[in-house]
Amino acid sequence: MHAGKSTPNHPGQLEDRDAQQTHFTTCYMCACRCGIKVTVENDRVRFIQGNPNHPVNKGVLCAKGNAGIMKQESPAKLRHPMIRRPGTERGAGIFDPISWDDALELLTNRLRNIRASDPKKLAFFTGRDQMQALTGLWATQFGTINWAAHGGFCSVNMAAAGLYTLGHSFWEFGEPDWDHTRYFMMWGVAEDHGSNPIKIGLKKLKDRGAKFVAVNPVRTGYQAIADEWIAIKPGTDGLFALAMVHVLLKHRQVDNAFLVRYTNLPWLVIDDPGGSRDGLFWRGENNEPIVWDEASDDFADGRLPNIQPTLVGEFDTPDGFRVRTAMSLLLERYLDERYAPEQVADRCGISAADIERIALELAHVAFEEEIIIDTEWTDWAGRRHENFVGRPVSMHAMRGISAHSNGFQTCRALHLLQILLGTIDCPGGHLAKPPYPKHIPPGILPAGSTAPNTPLGSPPLGFPTRPEDLVIDEQGQPLRIDKAYSWEAPLANHGLMQSVIRNAVRGDPYPIDTLMLFMANMAWNSSMNTAETLKMLTAKSDDGDYKIPFIVTSDAFASEMVNYSDLVLPDTTYLERFDTISMLDRPISEPHLACDAIRAPILKPDRDVRSWQEVIVDLAGRLEFPAFVDEQGLPKYKGYEDFIVNFERAPGIGFLSGWRGSDGKDALVGEPNPRQWQDYVDNECFFEHALTPEQRYLRHANGDYLNFAKASGWVGSNEQIILEPYSETLQRFRLAGLGVYEGPCPKDPEHQKRLATYFDPLPEYYEPFGAQADDEFPFNALTQRPMFMYHSWDSQNAWLRQIQQQNYLYINEDTASQCGVNDLDWVWVESRTGKVRAQIKTMRGLEANTVWTWNALGKQRGTWSLAEDAKESRAGFLLNHLISDVLVDDEDRANGDPITGQAAWYDLKVKISPAADGGEDSWPQWQSAHRTTGKVPETISYTTHANKNLRRQT
Amino acid sequence: MRLGLIIDVETCVGCHGCATACKQWNTSGTIGPLSDIEPYGSAPDGAWLNRIKTFELVSETSEQTVHFPMSCLHCENADCVSVCPTGASYKREEDGIVLVDQDRCMGCNLCAWACPYGARELDPVQGTMKKCTLCVDRIYDERLPEEERKPACVLTCPTNSRLFGDFDDPQSEVSQVAAARDGQDLMPELGYAPTNQYLAPRSNKEKLPQRRSEDLLGSITDWIKEAIAR
Repeated sequence: MHAGKSTPNHPGQLEDRDAQQTHFTTCYMCACRCGIKVTVENDRVRFIQGNPNHPVNKGVLCAKGNAGIMKQESPAKLRHPMIRRPGTERGAGIFDPISWDDALELLTNRLRNIRASDPKKLAFFTGRDQMQALTGLWATQFGTINWAAHGGFCSVNMAAAGLYTLGHSFWEFGEPDWDHTRYFMMWGVAEDHGSNPIKIGLKKLKDRGAKFVAVNPVRTGYQAIADEWIAIKPGTDGLFALAMVHVLLKHRQVDNAFLVRYTNLPWLVIDDPGGSRDGLFWRGENNEPIVWDEASDDFADGRLPNIQPTLVGEFDTPDGFRVRTAMSLLLERYLDERYAPEQVADRCGISAADIERIALELAHVAFEEEIIIDTEWTDWAGRRHENFVGRPVSMHAMRGISAHSNGFQTCRALHLLQILLGTIDCPGGHLAKPPYPKHIPPGILPAGSTAPNTPLGSPPLGFPTRPEDLVIDEQGQPLRIDKAYSWEAPLANHGLMQSVIRNAVRGDPYPIDTLMLFMANMAWNSSMNTAETLKMLTAKSDDGDYKIPFIVTSDAFASEMVNYSDLVLPDTTYLERFDTISMLDRPISEPHLACDAIRAPILKPDRDVRSWQEVIVDLAGRLEFPAFVDEQGLPKYKGYEDFIVNFERAPGIGFLSGWRGSDGKDALVGEPNPRQWQDYVDNECFFEHALTPEQRYLRHANGDYLNFAKASGWVGSNEQIILEPYSETLQRFRLAGLGVYEGPCPKDPEHQKRLATYFDPLPEYYEPFGAQADDEFPFNALTQRPMFMYHSWDSQNAWLRQIQQQNYLYINEDTASQCGVNDLDWVWVESRTGKVRAQIKTMRGLEANTVWTWNALGKQRGTWSLAEDAKESRAGFLLNHLISDVLVDDEDRANGDPITGQAAWYDLKVKISPAADGGEDSWPQWQSAHRTTGKVPETISYTTHANKNLRRQT
Repeated sequence: MRLGLIIDVETCVGCHGCATACKQWNTSGTIGPLSDIEPYGSAPDGAWLNRIKTFELVSETSEQTVHFPMSCLHCENADCVSVCPTGASYKREEDGIVLVDQDRCMGCNLCAWACPYGARELDPVQGTMKKCTLCVDRIYDERLPEEERKPACVLTCPTNSRLFGDFDDPQSEVSQVAAARDGQDLMPELGYAPTNQYLAPRSNKEKLPQRRSEDLLGSITDWIKEAIAR
């Protein structure tokens, strides 16, 4: 409610609204991309609030978004371009100012030489980049395959498992149907993405009386309001999920019709152990997958409509193969007693009775509480249906699943559970978000070769489906600096940013010339084994030159990484620039709304800074990239704004899909509109296109939707997207590992073993590598992200840091007493890689053998304009020091998932002992870096006008 | 009118959105600025009108983690008002909002000591007492869109765990919800008669019906063929 009309003693106008202006833009205090309404007064921000009309946050805003003022006011903002002072060492943080002209000329000359000789000597990696469509295009035009964003150390396991199984995924490409779901399971969400949408959704569930089960070793945040908290042992989620699959199969609680119509489980799989086609689908002359059709009593193309494929059975083929349906293999696999709840209970830390109960509760809600949406629709084969049937069970999963070395298969196990219950893209289930779903996997292959002064033939990142698609040389050696798409990480769809520094310093597979980073704190919290990484950044060869010769960083703030750079190009804040959150990239769509958004500048920078996107469009023109110059070789675009409006990836398809066409009247597809930015600004900086009711569900098989998606350029064909619980892609790599694949096979026995073991075509559980039973290091250690901070960018924030400056190590109360330590004691935390000294806090809501801390808080002394004795550096710590960047037992392999390369942050095992040697500081500590930024205030009394006191009237 | 808040502890996830929204609105508001000392130092501290406490609630039968937002409860019998030696602290008759007249406050801190809820904070730079105003500078401001004439904390709460309204009006949303969900006074035994109401968690749905089969599938050969057209 609002008080509305004035009262007899109404306070009147307490500020001059006529002196204020309101603007709209998109938040960037985290990755959620909420819409914000910003009130400005005297060129300063009066108030930032959620935009009530915005599809993502619908008017609400989290703690981070509400603290944007202090981001803008931060003394840690970089003020001008800087170059490392000659004669000083990297890491000392001593710089000279340099003009933009000189900085860009220097960089252009360096890049021009690299591009003309060996373009892959430029490694360009971006961190919390929300414009990968642009940075990826830039890398493609430059001609380097060494480009990726931060997904390799974030959540590629989630994206890849989804895109190779469903054609969409958790978080960005899909979300629970919050409006209809009756049973919601949240797996391993360490207070991370997405921020406001999850909170809005949980409230809807609570209001509706839906059940919310949280699977997480830690009971904080979202877990605190769950109906049931499952304190799972870290890294065993896949086992729990597959035990529930066992129960569902045993009780015959699967949606057979869904499996027959929408998945590849009826397809026939060749059973020929040792053969080159074992485990592949038996295919017809035109490569079509084959099923046994009960209607015709014969083999048939499994993709045809109206056939009656047998779901379980085995057959002999005319060409002499024994074949079985994928469903038969699935049943054989998961009915096995090793998945029985009583077999997995101890390992997961969940009782057998609870595993069985939860599985059968899911079945109850899926099948007994089905919901019908009376909307007629047409399927992919042109058949009309009267309604959509919903199975209101949904799930969301994130970092607790992805950050283990078994994360890809675990995420597939969750998707298998969703598929068996028939809950994919149905009312109440797990919904895709446009432009997803895509065909499985999306039809883009990673570029495999480079040539001087030549753009790549395809983007640096893509989706291999067979060993031939790997980015390796004829000897089978990696071609990319991060070894993505090599035998080490064949499905590294987001690259392996976390491996770049180590590999470049080792010259493995080759040395590079320049490392260019945007918004990535690789000298601190985004690297594993941080202390060692800092040594690598300053490592020199015998001739005295740095092993990574030149490091360029673009960031808005004085991060740890800035000090380890040679050239620093200061970025703007999010309130000072244009940005696109594009349909070509990671748009802000909701399940039934195709949406994209922009940022528009609200404040003028008071510093000599430029947005990174402006800089790379400028560089692209200077370097004469074909897509960025005209026939005369002159820059084609006046700058970033001009580029975004006029660039077309394909005719009619550009970065922004709203207000296209010369008159701005087209949506999704249309000619460039010269007024497009203004149209976005006039429409609160976002565009939304609502799907029609018949397009909204079962989109993988929905003709109304698929035709529309094809016309919009989102998918290449309107053929049915057949879900892949059985992954032939994985089996091809497994055959290569076994040495029988008819194509490239690895020669290194270790690669052979990894492929043969982990590339299972059915979701399989294996113990995370680092977490294998180790008596000396008994505790799993992991991090969560505080809801009020988004990694290092926010711990400088004067308001947010008052909530917490020091990260403690949280430990179970009973476990602490067994270890002989008490609340607030200082302890040594040791892993096989290193040790840190930290202060503990005891708690009860924590799995007994797990310890954890908040990510984002610990800082290197002297950075981010924090005081020398700020608690972030003095008492806070970085768990990263304990996390090896390579496998503990094999230092040639990155510490990650063997399929995607995803960094296995959460495989860490530690031991804890009292820090009897005293000291109430964290350890390790670094000598304070030279301060690169301006004056730091001793107090703040922020206001945008003289505050008008409301005086007492009586 | 008796204006106040309902705070739903059942759905508060402890995100601190309400606290920071409050801070940013009110620092330029009538009670502002809300100053901070050592903002980038070793002991940063400032005046906040709303803070979230998180604790574990342990009983013999259950354990839970609770996020508990705390701000002024705008009590009917507000000791913070009666102890004020200068008359700076007052409760408005027309709507029940407890305010501090910044021009009269001498920063003696008596009111903060009198408040059992710890809801008042002395501004470390200004030296005057700061507290929740229920965004009195928003709720009557006809220049704001009508739906935004609410306290900033209510406007921003991502789980919609905060409601604002008139507890004197039995038809208001806050009165209705307080009745339906058995709104609680905080520490009623003290007799301050707080206006703000807290909603306790409803009992959790730990167990639901299960869908079982008596005819368990033992092996693949038990599978019963079913004709399903693609």
